[in-house]
Amino acid sequence: MRAYDYFSLLQGAAVTISLSLTGILLGVPLGLALALIRWARVPLLSGAVAVYVSVLRATPLVTFILLVFFALPNVGIPIDPVPAAIAALAMNTSAFNCEIWRAALVDFPKTQLDAATAAGMTPGLAFRRIVFPQIWRASLPGLVNEMTLLIKSSPAIAVTGIVDITRAAVRIGAQTYEPLPPFLVAAALYFLVILGFVRAQRLIESHMDRKFGFA
Amino acid sequence: MTREFAIVWAHKGRLLEGFVNTIGLCVLATIIALVVAGPVTIALMARNRPISMLARGLVDGMRCIPFLLLAYIIYYGLPTLGIRFNNWTAGLSALVVYNASYMAEILRGAWASLPREHIDAGQAFGFSGWRLYRRIILPPILMACVPVLGNQTIQIIKDSAFLTIIAVPELTHEASAIQSMYYVPFAAFVGAVVLYWLLCRIVETLVGLIERRAEKRR
Repeated sequence: MRAYDYFSLLQGAAVTISLSLTGILLGVPLGLALALIRWARVPLLSGAVAVYVSVLRATPLVTFILLVFFALPNVGIPIDPVPAAIAALAMNTSAFNCEIWRAALVDFPKTQLDAATAAGMTPGLAFRRIVFPQIWRASLPGLVNEMTLLIKSSPAIAVTGIVDITRAAVRIGAQTYEPLPPFLVAAALYFLVILGFVRAQRLIESHMDRKFGFA
Repeated sequence: MTREFAIVWAHKGRLLEGFVNTIGLCVLATIIALVVAGPVTIALMARNRPISMLARGLVDGMRCIPFLLLAYIIYYGLPTLGIRFNNWTAGLSALVVYNASYMAEILRGAWASLPREHIDAGQAFGFSGWRLYRRIILPPILMACVPVLGNQTIQIIKDSAFLTIIAVPELTHEASAIQSMYYVPFAAFVGAVVLYWLLCRIVETLVGLIERRAEKRR
């Protein structure tokens, strides 16, 4: 492997990280919104969300990206590889995040909500001040776990022609006829990315622990 | 749009062939991975440091890399070391090695929470070695893990779609083939998604049945 090959793997890492992060930043709040729809038992919408979650959780990311990338232009919505990849990653992770948020919401003690209502809080205020500060902490480990799972399925975006870590490694292997070294460097890069997420979770938890005395 | 679905329906044989391949691949991978996971779990729990550290390295390594990367390493990387696979066996080996590591970690978790007295009682009744594992340790662990192992089976189904990239003729691959031949992407991939969804539903139902039977026998 030449120096340039390492550089193109790092470029691939930048692509993997930026697209996955964008997907996560869209997918986590979207998951919360979906979970709230189900939690509040919004008529019709709640059922639609249940179907959305069930189908997306059962669909392989590769198949889903192929669907988004090839089928949307076919029904008259032109889409470029990068937006297609981000949309697919965000929708995929939102389905899993919905279930994580929903578990925390279902576990949330109803008595606290009653107390908030009795104290004259509107539902929106009670959610902001009482519910959300508690459920995000309960959901954090599950959400970070889902983020690492998303990183591990992110090589699927290469089917749109995007060059991520894995695709960059395959290209180098095809040029040098020595596929093992670039694959091992790619494995190390994924390890570092995933380690970064887990470390960030630890940092947030210990920060919370110092600030509030519990995580 | 209806024309598109009509074209896919006309080639439903091809899609079903891919579906059957996906099912075969996943059933084989789940069974072999579970069989491999047993010894790996025992190695993880071994008191012998080098053995447990070797198993730990394998399991943690697999849990840090994407499945597709492992499939590439086995399909393109290992031949340079003189180990050759065709795309089917490469895909199956990748599914087994990758998911056996996750399963071993699941089983280890259940083993660690198995009460020590349970094993002591087994030993007091004269169970040792392989019979201790088979009769006393593994059954309660497996039963406790059924739901999580079911999730892992669903993970195997979804991982198997990656194998289209190394040209294993599974469901996504056949859907791609139909779509590239007739340019019917929406109908072809929606068909595949529906079949994947169906398969995952079946797995969930089976897991529920096994759980209920396990509950009755307890």
